[in-house]
Parts: sequence; structure tokens; C-alpha cells
Amino acid sequence: MIARWFRLHAQSLTGAFGRLGSTLLGALLNILVVAIALALPAAMQVLLINLGSMAPAFEDAADFTVYLGLTVDEDRGRDLAQAIGARPDVESARFISNIEGLAELKAGSGFGDALDSLTENPLPHVVKVRPLPATIERLDALAAELDALDSVDFVQLDRQWIERLQAILALGGRMTDVVTILLAAGVLLVIGNTIRLEINNRRTEIEVLKLVGATDGFIRRPFLYTGFCLGLLGALAAVLLIEVGLLLLAGPARDLAALYATDFAVTGLELRGIGILLGGGALLGWLGAWLAAARHLRAIEPV
Amino acid sequence: MIRFENVQKRYPGGREALAGVSFELGRGELAFLTGPSGAGKSTLLKLVALIERPTRGTVLVNGQNTTRLTRRRIPKYRQRIGVVFQDHKLLYDRSVFDNVAVPLVIAGMTPREIGKRVRAALDQVGLLDRESHRPITLSTGEQQRVGIARAVAGRPDVLIADEPTGNLDPELSLEIMRLFVRFHEVGVTLLIATHDLDLVAQLGQRRIQLVGGRLAGDSGA
Repeated sequence: MIARWFRLHAQSLTGAFGRLGSTLLGALLNILVVAIALALPAAMQVLLINLGSMAPAFEDAADFTVYLGLTVDEDRGRDLAQAIGARPDVESARFISNIEGLAELKAGSGFGDALDSLTENPLPHVVKVRPLPATIERLDALAAELDALDSVDFVQLDRQWIERLQAILALGGRMTDVVTILLAAGVLLVIGNTIRLEINNRRTEIEVLKLVGATDGFIRRPFLYTGFCLGLLGALAAVLLIEVGLLLLAGPARDLAALYATDFAVTGLELRGIGILLGGGALLGWLGAWLAAARHLRAIEPV
Repeated sequence: MIRFENVQKRYPGGREALAGVSFELGRGELAFLTGPSGAGKSTLLKLVALIERPTRGTVLVNGQNTTRLTRRRIPKYRQRIGVVFQDHKLLYDRSVFDNVAVPLVIAGMTPREIGKRVRAALDQVGLLDRESHRPITLSTGEQQRVGIARAVAGRPDVLIADEPTGNLDPELSLEIMRLFVRFHEVGVTLLIATHDLDLVAQLGQRRIQLVGGRLAGDSGA
């Protein structure tokens, strides 16, 4: 019984491959369409993963800038910086006097001459605080505590952009979900349509098979395998497309990372991603074929 | 083996193909179904193969009431019936061997068993040396013999044939009919529709005659 089952399936599978091969160009086009439809959401996913992995590469993202009151003098500022630096939740605290700050501003902003004309230094002293890694809530609490100190004017969080990035990533994730669903439906339709045409082409054969006593399952099986193979080969081509794309991106990404002095490297699909893509492609192909076969095979009856 | 009880078949649109036909064909019997075109011969055979269903009456095949068979159970039923068509209905993209093997593959036989049975069937119709040919390279008579080999390969309970010699010249027709008679001699039940009365007369077998959807004569009843 089991041997019989395997035999029938092996026949269908070889038949399906033969069928794919018999119209090589058409099959290639179909595979390419499926590949592009699968590669798009997968590529978006890879992009998101890479953007997400970029965030911790910028370690100063969580730094605070603590602006001291204008009345606070340098000695008190240095004491305060030392006190903050000694806290258990702070990695380091660096005091920047208003003189250093002005020098930095002159060098960096290009307003050198205008700043020279100032008779008085308008800048406050500043303490740059680098907290130890912690949750956003803990960082917020730390910032609030520092803000409450008498000599502190206000605390600026430098991690705003990271929150923005996270918001963008969340939006991108949602968009990827939508695109994935739409394109999965597209793959389903493309393969379903291919199978429908295939069924129409084999109409006389199906009639003959039904006449000599073939069950619906027997007739459907090779079409399911055709769909399965189309989906699987399409997914394989999608993996190839993405890997080639990443290979093209790897060089420029390395250059960019070097400019930002991080050791960021492009992450590929990895084994899990490849597995999901291949499995998803094969499943979609099988399902598309099944839907088409269920709809169209019943309509063919010998006369 | 085949029993028709007051069978009526009316097609959508009102045309009545069979009107109250009753007859019985015993196990191992051979009968020719004759009559002019439109007499209802094809319809009668389609009722046996469950391609059509009767409007009224019952068709019993091998003791089974076919009117009660659900759609799901038709394939299993058809596996027990061998059918030969006027237009052969072969698969032209496969070899002669594969064509004859189709019902055996469907039945899930082992490749060994299939090989044995296909060769036996091809041997019976005298085409053993053509097993690897494509049907299209064979003559019409040979193609018909491939169709007959396919019909008998599964060793069915009943063999039905609809105008199996319709496209053949008299000599080939006689050859095909002699083949059927040989099957009859080894115990196969056969019902063969033909309008070729001369041929039937030559063979001297039971004759069931249809005219206008009614039984007009049965030489063996």
C-alpha cells in the first residue's frame, strides 16, 4: 500500500518535471515571475534587518547632554560631572567647559568671526553623560533625575533619532507584511493560472484518464507537483536574486560603514530566511495548483 | 452481467435516445448492438460506462445497481469496465506501451506486473513489436488494436466497444471483430455497437437491435 503510494507519487513527480521541461521558455518565465514576486518582500525583510542591526553600531545614540545653569561655575561643574560619573548606572561623564564648547563651535560651525565679536561667552558648561546600556524606561528615569538637580538647566537626549529609526522600522515592517500578503496572493494567482492553462491543454488526456477509471486524486497529483516545483524553483531563483543583490551592495555598504567608523556588515538571508523562502514558495505553488485543480478538473467529464 | 430494466434516457432539450429498453447479457456472453445511426447504441453504452445516467429505469452491471453509484465511486467502477472507442482515444504524446499501461498504473500495480500485463495484452492484439512506437506512427487499424489492448489489459469484467470498426476497411474490420470473438472465447463479456450488419452476419453471434431508441429484436433472448 505504501509502496504503491510512493510509486504513484514518483510517477507524478517525474511527470511534473517532464512537463515543466517540455515548454522550457514558458516555464522559465513563470519561474522568473514567481521569483520576483517572492524576492521583493524577502529583500524588504533583509533591508529591515540590516537597518535594525545598524542602530547599536552607533553607541553614542543613548548619550545625554546635560546643560548646566549659566550661574554654575567651572569647579562646581567638574564636581557634578565626577558625581554623575560615579553613579552605578552611568558608564562615564565628561565635563566640557564653556570655553571648550565655544572653541568647538568656532571650529565646527563656520561662524568663527561672528563668535569672535562676542564680548562674553554665552554658552553654559556641559556634561556629556554616557549611560550603561539599559531599557528606554530606565534611561528616561535617569534623565529625569539629572534634570531635577539644582545646577542643571536641562537634559537633552541624543537618542531621539534612534526612536525615529525604530518608528520607521516598525512602519517598514508593517509595509513589508502588506507587500508580502499581496505578492503571495500574486504568486498564488500566477501559479493557479499556469495550472489552469495546463489543465486546458491536457483536456483530452484528462478525459481519457477519467474514462479508464482514474480518481480525481490521481489526475490532480501531477498538477500539484507542477505547482510545487514552480513555487520551489521560483523561490530558489528569488534566493539567487537576493544574494546577488546583496553581493552588489556589500562593497558600498562597507565603504559607508568605514565613513561612520563602525564595523557594520551586510547581513544576508541566512539559513533560516532561505528555508522560509523555499518552504513558502513551494507551499504557495502547491496551494495555487490545488485551488486551480479543484476548480477546473471537475468541469472536465468524458462525453 | 449487464441488465437493463425498462431504461429510458432523455437528453436535456427533450430528445429521447432510449425508450424503455430491457435486455440481459450473461457473464461471458458476446452481443452485437446494431441499428441505424441515432438508434441509441452509443447512449446505451454510455450508460454502461456511467458517462451518462438513465432518466428512468435501472442499469445493473455485475450485480451492481449503477444508478446508485455516487460520483466518488465512479472511478473504481470504471476500472472494472474496458471501453473501446471509435476514435481510439489514445494519448499521442506517449508510447504504445505507456498507453496500454495507463489503466494498470491507475490501479497502482507494480512496474513488474504492469510490464507483464501490457506485453500480454499487446501480444493478444499482435502489436508486441510496436510497444515503443508512438501511436501516431501506426495505421488506424493498429491504433484501434492499441485501444483494445488498453481496454483488456486490466482484465475487466465487461468490455464495451462503440463502433470499433467505424473507420476501418472491411478486411481490417473483420480482423478486429475476430479479435473480439477470441476474447469472448476465453470468457470475456462483450457488448459491441456497430452498424455494419454484413460483418455481424458473418460472425454469427447474438444480435441486439435498436431502432429509434427501442428494442427491435434480440436474436439471443
